[in-house]
This record gives sequence, C-alpha cells and structure tokens, in this order.
Amino acid sequence: MPQVANIAVSILFDGLAYAMFLFITSVGLSVTMGLMGFVNLAHGAFAMAGGYVVVTLTRSYGVSFVPSLVIAAIVVGAVSVVFERVLYRRLYKSTDLEQVLLTIGLAFMAIATATYLYGPIPKSVPLPDWLQGDINLGFRQFPSYRAFLIVLGAALIAVLWYAFERTNIGAKIRAAVDNRRMAESVGINVDRLFTLTFAVGSGLAALGGGLAIQLLGLSPSFAVLYLVLFLIVVAVGGLGSLKGTLLAALVLGIFDTGGKYLLADAGGFFVYAVTVVVLLIKPAGFYGRE
Amino acid sequence: MAASEIISGAMRERAADYLTKRHRFRAAEALPWLIAIAVFFIFPTRMTFGSQVLVMVMFALSLDLILGYAGIVTLGHAAFFGIGAYTVGLAAARLDWTEPISGLFAAAIAAGLVGFVTGWFLLRYRGLTLLMLTLATAILLQETGNLRSDISGGYDGLPGLTFKPLLGIFDYDLYAHTYYLYVLAVLAVMFYLVRRIVYSPFGQALTGIRENVRRMHAIGSPVHRRLVTVYTIAAAIAGVAGALFTQTNAYVTLTVFDFDNSAKVMVMLILGGTGRLYGAFIGAAVYMVLEDYFSKLSPTFWQFGIGLVLVLAVLFAPRGILGLFERMGSYFAERKRS
Repeated sequence: MPQVANIAVSILFDGLAYAMFLFITSVGLSVTMGLMGFVNLAHGAFAMAGGYVVVTLTRSYGVSFVPSLVIAAIVVGAVSVVFERVLYRRLYKSTDLEQVLLTIGLAFMAIATATYLYGPIPKSVPLPDWLQGDINLGFRQFPSYRAFLIVLGAALIAVLWYAFERTNIGAKIRAAVDNRRMAESVGINVDRLFTLTFAVGSGLAALGGGLAIQLLGLSPSFAVLYLVLFLIVVAVGGLGSLKGTLLAALVLGIFDTGGKYLLADAGGFFVYAVTVVVLLIKPAGFYGRE
Repeated sequence: MAASEIISGAMRERAADYLTKRHRFRAAEALPWLIAIAVFFIFPTRMTFGSQVLVMVMFALSLDLILGYAGIVTLGHAAFFGIGAYTVGLAAARLDWTEPISGLFAAAIAAGLVGFVTGWFLLRYRGLTLLMLTLATAILLQETGNLRSDISGGYDGLPGLTFKPLLGIFDYDLYAHTYYLYVLAVLAVMFYLVRRIVYSPFGQALTGIRENVRRMHAIGSPVHRRLVTVYTIAAAIAGVAGALFTQTNAYVTLTVFDFDNSAKVMVMLILGGTGRLYGAFIGAAVYMVLEDYFSKLSPTFWQFGIGLVLVLAVLFAPRGILGLFERMGSYFAERKRS
C-alpha cells in the first residue's frame, strides 16, 4: 500500500478508536448537563474511579478484563447516585460558579484519595490474549485493542440510540432536555429521570476510564487532565444531544490523532483550535439549541 | 406632584450620599496594608514567599474585577498572567531588556492587548461555551509557546534571568527584601486603580451587568463594550502580576498557562469572597500560607484538604471568608439590638 494511504488509514483507525473512548466517556456528561444544566467537573473523577476499580479487580482479585469493566461501570454508577442525592441536588438552582467549585472540589478529593491508595505512578492492566497483538483485516494489520474499542463503541451507540429514540424513558429524557418545565407539568418526574441518567452516565464514564488504561494510561491526574477534553466534546457537540456528542467525538478524535501523527510537536493544538473555531461559529455546539 | 418630587429629591440625595460614602476610605481598610508591612519586619527571612503571596493577591484582584464585579466566569485567566510573565521573561532573555519597571508596562500592554482581542470575540458568549473558549485560549497560548520552544524555552522555561536594579539604585538582596517592597508598592497602585474603577459609574454598570444583563441592555447600556473594557483592564493587571512573578522568581516556564493556575486563582478568590476587593487579599494569603504549610507535610493531604474546603465553602459559606465575617457581624448586631 502506498505510504500516504497507509498513514491516512492509520489516522482514521486510531482516531476512530479514540473517538469511541471520547464518546463513551462524555455522553453521560452531555445528557446530564442538557437535563439540569449542571456543570459537573467531577465527571472525570468518576471515569478515573472506574479505571481504578478495573485495576483492583484484575490485579488483586484475578477477575478478567471485560467482566471487570462491567462491574466497574455498575459500581461507579451506583456510587454516583449517592453523590447526586446527597450533594448535587442541593445545587441544581445555584449558579454555574458554585457548581464548578463544588465539583472541582470533589475532583481534587478524588485525585488525592487515588494518590493515597494507588500512588502517583500510572497503572496498567493485564489484558486477555485476544486483546493483545494485531488483528488481520485482509489488507493490513490493526491493533486488536483498538479494534475492540471501535466495535464496543459502535455497539454502545446502537444501544443508546435505541434507548434514546425508541423507548419511553428515552422520549421522556428528550422531552425534559427540550423543555424541563413543560415535561414536569405533563407529569414526568424529571428529578428521578435525572438520577437515572446521572447513574448511567457515570457508569459509562467508568467504563471509559477502564478502557482508557490501555489507551492513555491511568494515573490520579486523569480526573482533571482529560476532563477538559470531555467538556470540549460536550460543548462542541451541543448539550443533551446524542448525535452532537458522537459527531464532536469523531471530529475531535480524528483531528487530535491526525495532528499527533503529522505534527508531533503541535500536541494538543489542533483539538483546541477546532474547538475555538466551532464554538465561535456555533456557540451552542453542533446540535445544541441556541 | 410637588410632594413626590420632594420625596424623590430626598431619596436621590440619600442614594448619592450612600454612593459617595462607599467610595470613601474606611479605617479598617488600612489593616491589610499594615499587616503586609508588619510581615516585612516580623519574617525578614521569608520575603521570597511573601512576594509570591502578594503577586497572587494581585492576580486574584484582577480576577475579582471581572468575576466578582462583572460576573464573567472564566477558566482561562492564567492566559494573561502567562503573557505578562513571558513578556518580561522573553524581553530579558532574548532582547536583553532587563529594566524592571518598563518591563511591567510592556507586560501590561501585551496582556491588555491579548485581553482586548480575545475579549472582543469571546465575551459575546456565556455559560459553558464561554468557559470552554477561555480555557481553550489559555491552552492554545501554551501550545504555541511549546511549538516555538526555540524562542520560549518550552517546558524547561527561561531559567536564570537577571534584572537591572530597581530605579537604577536598589539592588536585589538574597532575602528579597527589595522585591517584597517593590511588589507591595505595585500592588498598592493596582489596588487603587481597581478600587477607583469599582466605585465609578463604570463599575456600577458592571455590577448591573452581573445582576441583570437584560435590564442593562434594555436601558441602553453598551454591555459588550463595557465587558471588553473591563476584561482588557483585568488582563493588563494580571499581566503585571505575571511580570512580577517572573521578576521575583528569576525564571518562568510554560506551566504558568496551566489550567491549574486558572483554577487556583479562582479558588483563592472564592475562598476570600468575590466582589469585595479585599477577598483577594484574604483568600490568596490564607490559601498560600496553608499550601506552604500542608504541602510540605503531605501534598496528597493538602489536595484532599483544599477539595474538602471547596465543597464545604459552597455548601455553607457561599460568600467566602469575608462573607462569613459579615454574617457574624450582622448576627451580633442583631443580638445587640434585641
């Protein structure tokens, strides 16, 4: 295969895998922010917690990788409900600033706790054989872990799309994002709906955190380091929009990977440049409501 | 008709009286300055740390101007601090321009210019979009610096900068006594400036924008122009703080543009209390002293502690330390009366 095409395929493939990670981790944040307008800077901390649950399960209890991802998502999703009921709900009517401060405080505490328990050094997880090495797709080799990410991401997108567009709960969520007061007045319990989506969103973030260990490395600073990216995906995609989050994850994931392949020194430049351009033109993001 | 005119006349006088009274200096306002001078004599060996505290006070003060008064929530205020820091650093390292006071002016102009241009574009937006845009601006500046590390020195920074003696007379001593007084003097000038702005009609307009943008639009106030103006001024002051940071530390690295730096200054200001001028003083001082003490014991413990303080502050003291004092003050006043 010619060199240029080879690089283009690599960028697309790696970019796609990265985009799937971004989508899985950010989608919950987008829906909860769309529902309640709550700025949750502790979302990255939930993702980090998921990652460490996976590390503990695989290393100390010998659970294999995929089941521990599922357990991590369920555990973190359940724990997040406690936070939502005890802390977050007090601040639904507060200003952006107070929400930012509360959640960044939680993120700091999460980072400190993770440093205390696991140390500052990045952790790795033992992967099953079928996720190691390369997979042959006929015309060239691809790393199997990234292929797994893409397949998993696509499956999750299908499930979420179905849940969002075709089920009763999905319809209620869409209605509440669109117009919360109207939804409440027709008898939708937005409070309970929010708790549910918050739990699912945090669980998905935990899943993303578990997946990130192999892709990006997991250290306590993960909670803040990648939070900025998740927020950017949400802002660029538009609050509460599944479609928008997916599109933003794809665009940013591929641009970031492409930038790092072609101009290693420029680092994160491309992601932020794209963000600024998109938000200047469409301040509410791709599919956000102005 | 006549009666109502008399009432409104009296009311207007009372309102004017209230506004001019607010503007007047109170005796209690001398306190932070007296403390700053007392610190100079009590802790002569800790002047480097003292100068850093004063620099952060200035930085927090510039944030108070836009966050506390104009209500602009930004996550990228470190951008201007960094511009100021690098203006002085690059001038010294690459152009051999080491005169400190002219360096401050250059830093103010450079940071103000960046503030003006970015503010012109960004201040049309609000909420999450504005948060992300300000954050992205700071990171873009950092990445630009990293891209041209041949000029900026990259993440290794510009170490070992030297500056000319202050006013050509006062040289710098090992314990940074000169620096402390120098920073304190610049802080006093900046504080006077901010105080004048806050209590001017322009400052009143800013408070109006913070409280109710729609009404300000409705009464014909040029909201965008006001916001860009105050953003530019705050950027220039943050630039001066950054320049002083470089001058007192004699080095600068790209970490000044970090998200951490933007978040830290916001935490300081919130801790002290926003929209109160002196919140910046108490917040920065308390934060820096606690950080100095606890991060030596254990950085992890410190990080957990500051997180806990933030959560508790939001839940129980939303108006900061000064707000707590005010509440205590009014509580005792109530009890006295009854």
